[in-house]
Amino acid sequence: MEILLLLFVPLSGGILLALFGNHRLAAELNSIISFLTLINAGFLTARIISYGPIVAFHEQFFVDPFNIFLVTLTALVAFTTSLFSRPYMRIEQHHGKLTENRLRLYHCMYQLFTFTMLLALLTNNMGILWVAMEAATLTTVLLVSLYRTPASLEAAWKYFIICGVGIAQALFGTILLYFAAEKLLGIHSSLLWTHLDKIKDRLDPTVMSVAFVFLLIGYGTKVGLAPMHNWLPDAHAEGPTPISAVLSGLLLNVALYAVVRCKILTDGALHSHFAGNLMIGFGLLSLIVAVFSLSHQKDIKRLFGYSSIEHMGLITFAFGMGGPIANFAGLLHMTVHSLTKSAIFFTVGHAAQKTRTQVMENIRGLLIQSPTVGWGLMLGSLAILGMPPFGVFASEFLILTTAMKQQPWATPLLLMALAVAFAAIFGKVQPMVFGETTAQRTPRPPALLPIFVHLSLVLMLGLFIPMYLANWYREAASLIGY
Amino acid sequence: MIPLSGQLLNLLAAVFLLIAFAMLAQRRILSLIHLYAYQGLVLSLSTLIVAYSTHQPHLYYSMLLNFLLKVLIVPWILHRLIHRLNVQWDVETLLNIPTTMLIGLALVIFAFNLSLPIVQLAGTINRSTLGIALASVLLSFLMMITRSKAVPQVIGFLALENSLIFAATSITYGMPMMVELGIALDVLVGVFILGVFFFHIRNQFDSLELKHMEKLKDN
Repeated sequence: MEILLLLFVPLSGGILLALFGNHRLAAELNSIISFLTLINAGFLTARIISYGPIVAFHEQFFVDPFNIFLVTLTALVAFTTSLFSRPYMRIEQHHGKLTENRLRLYHCMYQLFTFTMLLALLTNNMGILWVAMEAATLTTVLLVSLYRTPASLEAAWKYFIICGVGIAQALFGTILLYFAAEKLLGIHSSLLWTHLDKIKDRLDPTVMSVAFVFLLIGYGTKVGLAPMHNWLPDAHAEGPTPISAVLSGLLLNVALYAVVRCKILTDGALHSHFAGNLMIGFGLLSLIVAVFSLSHQKDIKRLFGYSSIEHMGLITFAFGMGGPIANFAGLLHMTVHSLTKSAIFFTVGHAAQKTRTQVMENIRGLLIQSPTVGWGLMLGSLAILGMPPFGVFASEFLILTTAMKQQPWATPLLLMALAVAFAAIFGKVQPMVFGETTAQRTPRPPALLPIFVHLSLVLMLGLFIPMYLANWYREAASLIGY
Repeated sequence: MIPLSGQLLNLLAAVFLLIAFAMLAQRRILSLIHLYAYQGLVLSLSTLIVAYSTHQPHLYYSMLLNFLLKVLIVPWILHRLIHRLNVQWDVETLLNIPTTMLIGLALVIFAFNLSLPIVQLAGTINRSTLGIALASVLLSFLMMITRSKAVPQVIGFLALENSLIFAATSITYGMPMMVELGIALDVLVGVFILGVFFFHIRNQFDSLELKHMEKLKDN
C-alpha cells in the first residue's frame, strides 16, 4: 500500500502540474507534492525497519535495505531541491529566461522525473527497471533544453542520443538476461529480481557475462562512466540548476543502482571476479579522465559536472572491489555525494544568478555580497574534496584503505586523482569566494535552508552514523556480496 | 529438414537485414521512413509466424502492438513531422557509401561470431536469426554515426529499437507483455518529445543540420 501511494503521489502531482503548472502558486504546490512523497517514503521506511523486506503486488515491487535507503534519499533530495527551485526559478523568470508555459513544463516534468526514479528503484522487474530508466531520460530531455538557447538544445540532443543509444545496449543486456533465466523460471517470473537472485548460480555463465557487458555499458552511460560520459557535463551546465542538482544527486545513483543489481546476478552465475574487474576498470578510468578534465574548465557547472563523474567513478570502483567494507563505503559515498553535490549546485545556482554568469573568471568575492552563499560554496567544496570532518572523508578513507588491501596497485592512482581534484577545484573556488565582489543582489532572497540542511547531514554522517542507518548499510553491503 | 515456418522466418530475417543495409545507404528522408515502416512490417510478420507455430498467445498481442506502433503510428507521426518541417524532399550528402557498406559487412561478420555461443543454448525455432538481429543493431548504430541531420539520426535510433525487439523474439519468445508495453510507451513518448524538439532546433538554428550543434567543448 505504501509503495503504491509513494508512486501515485508524484505521478498524479505531475498530471496536476501539467494543468496548473503556470499558476502563481505552482512552485509551492511542487514543494508540497514533493513533501508528500517524502512523508510516504518515511512511512515506507518505518515499515521496512519494523517488518523487514517486503514484496508486493504479484511480486512486481519489492523493498530491501539496498533500495529503501536510496528511495528515502531520492525523496529527500527531490523535496529540498523543490524548495531551492522555488525562489531560483522565480528569479530566472524575473531575468526573462523563462515563459510561463515553460515553467509549467518544468514543474510537470520535475514530478514525473521523481516518479520514474522511484519506479526504477522500487520495481522488482528488470524489464520495468529498463523502461523507468529510459523514461527518466525522456522526462529530462526537455528540461535540459528549457532555456532554448543554442547551447542548451545541443546539450539536450547529445543527452538524448548518447543516453538513448546507451540504454538500448542495456535493453539488449536485459533480453539476454531474460533468455538465460527463461529456461529456469518460465515466462512469468523470469525477469523478477527476487526470483533471479534465488537461482543466480544456475544461470548460464557465457550468456550472463555477455549480458553484463551490455548492461554495464548501457546503464554505465547514464552513470556517466568514461568513455561514455560526454553528455554529462553539457547537460549539467546548460540545464536549469535544480535539474543539474537532481541529475547529479539522484539519477546517477539510480543508474548505478541498476548496475549493482546486475552485478549481483552476474557474480552469482560466474563465481568469478569478472563483473567486479570490469567495474574497477571503468571506475578508475572515469576517475582519472574526470580529474584531469577539471583543471581546464571555465564554466562552474561543468566543473562540478566533471566532479560528479569523478565521484561516480570512485563509487563504481568501490563496488567493483566488493566485500563488506568496500560496499559499505560505496553506499555511504553514494549518500554523501548526493547530498553534498546537490548542496553545491544550490549555491552555484545562486552564485550564477548574483553575478549573471556561469564563467568562473567573472564570479568573484561571493562572501562580500552574501556570506551564506559564499560559505555554502566553500564548505560544500571542502566537503566534496574529502576534507574531514565531512562524511565524504569517511567514505573515501574506507575506499582507500580497502583498496590498499585488495587492489594495492590502484592506491597510488586513487591518491593522485584525489590530489589533482583538490588542487583543481580548491584553486578555482577560493577566488570565487574571497576578494573583490562582482555579485549583485537578486530580486528575491535565495533559498539557503536546503544548502545547510544537506551540509549538516553530511557533517553528521562524517562524525556519527545512526545505528539503524549503519545496519542498513551493512545489510545492503552483504546483499551486494563480493 | 527445417519446417516451413523456420524457412519463412529465415527468409524474413534476411529481408530484415537487407532493409537495415538499405537504410544505411538511403539518402532521402521520405524513403527512409518507408523503409522503417517495412522493417516494422517484417518484424510483425515474423512475430506472427513464431506465434502461430509455437502457440504462444501473448505473441499475438505483441505482434499487434508492433504492427500498430511501428507500421502505422510512428511512420504516420514522422510523415506529419517532415511535412510540417518541410524537409520531406531533403537529400543528405552521405560520406562514401561503398566504404560504409564495407564497414557494415565487417559488423555483420562480427555480430555472427558474437552470437554463436548464445545461439547454441537457444531452443527456439528461429534461433539462427539472433546473429541477424545483432547485426541490424550494429548497422543502426553505424547509420546514426554517419548521419548529419537530425531526422535520419532519429530514424536510426528507432531502427535500433526494432532490431532489439527482433532479437528478443528470436532468442526467447518475446519479452513479458508488461515489459513490451512499457517499451512501446517509451518509444511513443520519445517520438513525441523528439517531434517537439525538432521544432525547437529549427527555430533556433533555421535547419536540422547537426553540424550547428557541435559547439559545446571543455573550454
